[in-house]
Amino acid sequence: MGVTESPPRARRRGPDAPFADQYRAWLRGMILIRRFEEKAGEAYALGQVGGFCHLYIGQEAVAVGTLAAIRPDDYVVSAYREHGQALARGIASRAVMAELYGKATGCSHGKGGSMHLFDASLHFMGGHAIVGSQIPLGTGFAFAARYRGTDQVSLTYMGEAAANIGAFHESLNIAGLWKLPVVYVIENNGYGMGTAVKRAAAITELYQRAASYAMPGVEVDGQDVVAVKQATDDAVGRARRGEGPSLLEIRTFRYMGHSMSDAASGTYRSKEELESSRQRDPIVLLETRMRELGMLDDTGLGAIEADVAAEVADAVKFAEESPEPAPDQLWTDVYAPEAR
Amino acid sequence: MAVLTYRDALNAALREEMQRDDNVFLMGEEVAEYDGAYKVSRGLLKEFGARRVVDTPIAELGFTGIGVGAAMVGLRPVIEMMTMNFALLAIDQIVNTAAKVRYMSGGQIGCPLVIRGPGGAALQLGAQHSQAFESWYANIPGLKVVMPATPADAKGLLKSAIRDDNPVIFIEGEMLYNQKGEVPDGEHLIPLGRADIKRPGNDVTIICHSKTVAPAMNAAKSLADEGVDAEVVDLRTIRPLDQDAILASVAKTHRVVVAEEGWGFAGVGAQVVDLIQREAFDDLDSPVIRVHQADVPMPYNKHLEKAAKADAAKIVAAVHQACYRG
Repeated sequence: MGVTESPPRARRRGPDAPFADQYRAWLRGMILIRRFEEKAGEAYALGQVGGFCHLYIGQEAVAVGTLAAIRPDDYVVSAYREHGQALARGIASRAVMAELYGKATGCSHGKGGSMHLFDASLHFMGGHAIVGSQIPLGTGFAFAARYRGTDQVSLTYMGEAAANIGAFHESLNIAGLWKLPVVYVIENNGYGMGTAVKRAAAITELYQRAASYAMPGVEVDGQDVVAVKQATDDAVGRARRGEGPSLLEIRTFRYMGHSMSDAASGTYRSKEELESSRQRDPIVLLETRMRELGMLDDTGLGAIEADVAAEVADAVKFAEESPEPAPDQLWTDVYAPEAR
Repeated sequence: MAVLTYRDALNAALREEMQRDDNVFLMGEEVAEYDGAYKVSRGLLKEFGARRVVDTPIAELGFTGIGVGAAMVGLRPVIEMMTMNFALLAIDQIVNTAAKVRYMSGGQIGCPLVIRGPGGAALQLGAQHSQAFESWYANIPGLKVVMPATPADAKGLLKSAIRDDNPVIFIEGEMLYNQKGEVPDGEHLIPLGRADIKRPGNDVTIICHSKTVAPAMNAAKSLADEGVDAEVVDLRTIRPLDQDAILASVAKTHRVVVAEEGWGFAGVGAQVVDLIQREAFDDLDSPVIRVHQADVPMPYNKHLEKAAKADAAKIVAAVHQACYRG
């Protein structure tokens, strides 16, 4: 399988009202992630958010585009840079922010934190913080769907560094062998912490690894939310039709440091490289496209920004005012409640 | 009561639970077409088909993680490790996901999973195939650790483990599979977390589990010949530990030997001793004595291997020490 180009934009032209709604929703979804993460970074700097915190800024089109392509009953699992996916999946920004604050109202009741966001009702199966450990899990959700005879799909995210760990190979081999309904999404932001792809992977075109596992591998422009959505549609369709797994390598950029404890540039990448990556900002790209198509003007954008700002401010207020977990919560959820 | 081998008792438990609940399936290396590396799954492929008896590549991390994932969404996988030595390759999934996902998710997502297979040493399999890792798993909150010693316990405990809503590490033994014993007919369930008095006695308590139960019983027999009446307490479940059963026996005999197959350092016995000194200090007439594997990797040579292993003679010697005899 080769590289999939973004489809010709001409196909998407025209004042198509339902389509405009979709674009607007994606734009809002990306702006929400951006503003949420900016606030999360501020809260971290103020000591309101503890532990490790890995921001998603720059990668918004990946979460929004991929998650627009699946159904509510499909499964989603990610690694530890998962705030964006949690929000795009529909976990309330209040619940995500409260989880970062460690509050009882958080989506994991304050027991998970930034790296362990869960919402069983949305089939958002975590936030996993050991690199690559979510890859077999996502494969397992697909196995369960097959076992039950449903047409559910598992959307399994990983950073590009996880493609070098054994769990990646074992999972993709089994998924290819058994034709499981899983879509593996490599979010390739160029760096595993401070290590560039070319210093970690024998081949840097990671999508080509799919050839080893009898599945299509597709490189996707991760700054173009429409391209992300279309590539994911194709892969999800395959999986849902029982045609097996796919590997998407979605190329994107992380504007911030690996976590809150390192600078965005200066050590392992230059300021110039970072600035150049920002030239293809996913939000600006969609915004520009919508303006060109007559779907958006300054007033419309301003309304979205104001709406998002209010939502994020509300989320912060909610998180600040929410109660800490009760002391007895230390001891709950270790084991299942005893059956009566 | 039917007389079954330990292997066939496990097989019956798997069959019954798979008949009872379509969510239960068996997955692992050679479990299906080969009928099981140790034949525990014999006949199950024929009865249940390839959907529910699933051969995997040699990829412990991968297929264990698939099992953990399937359990997170409500299936009840039984993952067979050809030996528990190989489970080290999967320990990230066991420790970091299976044991923690309920807690990390604030109770939203459980992991009703059984990981089973033989643990500990057999005969001359060398250092990498002869390890008893129960203390590793027992150290982890969120896991249960079950180790049956007899066919009846194997069946009753495996059925309970499969029905349990938590991840259960279920450790069997190559040297136990051929052992025969009476197994109650009909539905036979043994609750997890309950020790069993395998032999009542009044003079000394021998606490043991899994492959140290038989040598403990042999030791008790020879001790009886010299007038020492030993009580043999089979823990059966390492976590949760049956503290009441241990303390009740200590209160009765006042002298204790703790035997286990694995290494002593930070072993299961150390945890039992901690409990006893804390909760039953005044009941003790002598220090608790431990019997365990020599603190070395298991040697291949059969004489050296025998010297390294816990056995009945070492248990008898430990009882003598606890009773200030000989």
